Amino acid sequence: MATRLRIRFSKVGKIRFTSHRDVARMWERALRRSGLPVARSQGFNPRPLLAFGLALPTGAESLAEYLDVSLVPADGSELPADLGVLAAELTAALPEGIDVLALATVPSDAGSLQQEVTSCSWDLEVRNVTASELARRVEQLLDAPSVSVQRERKGRQHDDDLRPSVRTLVLSSLNGVETPGETSVRLRADVATRPRGVRPRELVEALGTDLVLALARRTQQWIEHEGARREPLVADDRVLALIAPHAMERAS
Amino acid sequence: METLWPRIEPLLEGVAKPARYIGGEQGALRPEHTAARVAWLLIYPDTYEIGLPNQGLQILYELLNERPDALAERTYAPWLDMEAAMREAGVPLFSVENHLPARAFDVLAFNLSAELVYTNVLNLIDLAGVAVRSAERTADDPLVVAGGHCAFNPEPLADFVDAFVLGDGEEVVGEVNDVVAAWREAGARSRPQLLERLATVEGVYVAALYEVAFDGPRQVARAAPVGGAPPEVVKRTIADLAEWPYPKHQLVPLTEVVHDRLNVEVFRGCTRGCRFCQAGMITRPVRERPAGQVRAMIRAGLERTGYDEVALTSLSTADFSSIEDTVRAVVGGECGDQQVSVSLPSLRVDAFTVATATQIARARRTGLTFAPEGGTWRMRRVINKLITEEDLYGAVDAAFSNGWRRVKLYFLIGLPTERDEDVLGIAELGRRCVEIGRHHHRGPTVVASVGGFVPKPQTPFQWFGQDTVDELRRKVHLLKDACRTTRGLTLRWHDPEATVVEGLASRGDRRLGAVIERVWRAGGTFQEWSERFDLSMWEEALAAEGLSLAELVYRDRDEAEVLPWDHLSAGLHRDFLWSDWRDALDSVAVEDCRWTPCYDCGACTDAGLEHVVASGVPPAGGSQGTGQDLGSGERIPVRFVTAAGAR
Repeated sequence: MATRLRIRFSKVGKIRFTSHRDVARMWERALRRSGLPVARSQGFNPRPLLAFGLALPTGAESLAEYLDVSLVPADGSELPADLGVLAAELTAALPEGIDVLALATVPSDAGSLQQEVTSCSWDLEVRNVTASELARRVEQLLDAPSVSVQRERKGRQHDDDLRPSVRTLVLSSLNGVETPGETSVRLRADVATRPRGVRPRELVEALGTDLVLALARRTQQWIEHEGARREPLVADDRVLALIAPHAMERAS
Repeated sequence: METLWPRIEPLLEGVAKPARYIGGEQGALRPEHTAARVAWLLIYPDTYEIGLPNQGLQILYELLNERPDALAERTYAPWLDMEAAMREAGVPLFSVENHLPARAFDVLAFNLSAELVYTNVLNLIDLAGVAVRSAERTADDPLVVAGGHCAFNPEPLADFVDAFVLGDGEEVVGEVNDVVAAWREAGARSRPQLLERLATVEGVYVAALYEVAFDGPRQVARAAPVGGAPPEVVKRTIADLAEWPYPKHQLVPLTEVVHDRLNVEVFRGCTRGCRFCQAGMITRPVRERPAGQVRAMIRAGLERTGYDEVALTSLSTADFSSIEDTVRAVVGGECGDQQVSVSLPSLRVDAFTVATATQIARARRTGLTFAPEGGTWRMRRVINKLITEEDLYGAVDAAFSNGWRRVKLYFLIGLPTERDEDVLGIAELGRRCVEIGRHHHRGPTVVASVGGFVPKPQTPFQWFGQDTVDELRRKVHLLKDACRTTRGLTLRWHDPEATVVEGLASRGDRRLGAVIERVWRAGGTFQEWSERFDLSMWEEALAAEGLSLAELVYRDRDEAEVLPWDHLSAGLHRDFLWSDWRDALDSVAVEDCRWTPCYDCGACTDAGLEHVVASGVPPAGGSQGTGQDLGSGERIPVRFVTAAGAR
């Protein structure tokens, strides 16, 4: 019995400047157009039951956003036999820059994205620094016992330590060779989402306030279980993996 | 011309709500710019979230892009942070579709829905890299045009806008396009020649081709045409809304905007005859859309957009002949298989209307809004908003008894002939409504929202001297005191200072241009935003130009006085407006002419038009004089009197 549909989608190009809430509204409209029997909340103002994983900061791109859609409990016949058709229909109903990359039904007893996702990977494009200088600062950050960051929560300033959340931080673009005229350097970062996530901007600022974060793109979200990590969309025979190659490129 | 996007993108990292500037709405087009197409940039001179839903702009957007010889893109006023970033980076005003600079367009077309945006218009022309004054532009500069309700007295903007378009834009936009296309084909050499040709298009007003003379503070004669311009410019009116089922592809924004829902216009024009209402005067006659077309537009719109709410728009939607059938069809699932809510942005005040509203809001019954506008029956006769006390309390009683817990009431203060008892009548009326609510709920809420009245051109009140800031303030204080003692009654009011500047721009003459320019140069943009509004800037600019609020705003005009908009016609006879004004002063009411004899206002007869109304009889329960005994309008039925006395 299919009661939940998990969708992986991208957010690339100009649409990266919309907010997490904006994206939620886009999904509500696209799902209504699809005619899927989406379950709704009770009460005065029933809303469709959609659960997103990690929030994506406004301005960041992603190739790995997730959404769980609760469906009205039924026998499964409400879903098209070919989920690929559904994925294509949803993509067509969504704005340019948001593409469905994969979708699958998930067992009703599976945990929520909020509960299960524990880390994610970022691709960061940084400007105003040379590769060798950036490599030095990365090393310094990784060697530090703690990295302080100021955050505001509920109107109060908090001094948080960023360091424990940074799992991996490496230069990814240059193979250690500096190219003359190269204006940006790319970093790959794996960060934990608990107890609090790390925003790409915070991480880059921790590397130096003179650095400019030109583009942040989330490439993966991870569910960790007994030391191994896996993609939130489980690959079994009911999965439809249709990562569209064009979605990997920036749409505009 | 090349897209500015690579230069815009870095700016968006540092501004609030960057989604305002990216375009990409569902329904948006990416038109290709070719030599054969006249390029229009449609501009709403306020923020994206206020401008995007504007239906007038969206209709023109579609009509132009349907033509092989035209294309249209859109833009909105960038907020202060973005404007600062743009100016620092040398990025000019750009379109949100192709992100092209404003100068890549042949026509910059402004929508003028409110007077307080005038300084934004200047700012946007400047941000486009175009001289703000028409006289300083050359043949290489884009043409600057404007339309919308404010175009019925465009004199304050006469120095800055090349041509104004009066009335419905559906037909005339193509005619303007033809003129520009022909001018371009002939080499686009002489700007004066272009303006002269535009002035021959019906409904188009080229202010530079009219001379205005002043003697001291007064305009001495009607603005006189020079050259071949017509002595009077008459608004355009489309005869039949059925021929214009637009917008066909309403834009669905990516980010939050006001009125974020499907909008379907059910009729245009209104003949209820409310004397303060400019929209009701200048959009006559009434032209209903056929009910079948309304349903088809709702069905197609919902299916295409994925919206779960549709607004049936007009100046008084409860008067739509097919309102019941339409509402029943939508909530009954005839316009799509999903649950859809309907909103009626303009409710009539009677129990029947509440019944319709109740049918609509099966689940969400939070608040209901009515607009009695006047606090006493006498006042409502003066303004010709003929809601009897019985209708009013009946509507409120019906609302509370049907489960609504909050009733919001709109009022105007500073109306002609207003006495303190009329102002205090607002508090009394609000108190009665709370009492009625207590019969149905423990804690009913009544919100009285009070705005200062601004006399508008082309209305019977165009001769009325507006209340001063001090007088409006005094009346607000009176009301505050009177409302304080009633629990459950909340008073909200608009800033009297902003009301007065709105009045200044509303009835201003050509000399106001210099004032607007001064305020703009002093940084006075976004004046309709309370945190940005500053009366002292306007007062300083007025003083510098030797003008005063007393002369331009607070003064009564007499019949013989030349009005700055006398050469512009909304189709209404001046003597009709004057006699309606005299009737107002005598508290004489007039009925809705849709179902009763013609008053010869001029809107139908002179233009060879007729009302397009499906029903030959007034709507059930409809007020506004028709079939009512106006002699008993202030009679309060016993059941409500009892309620009021039970305190």
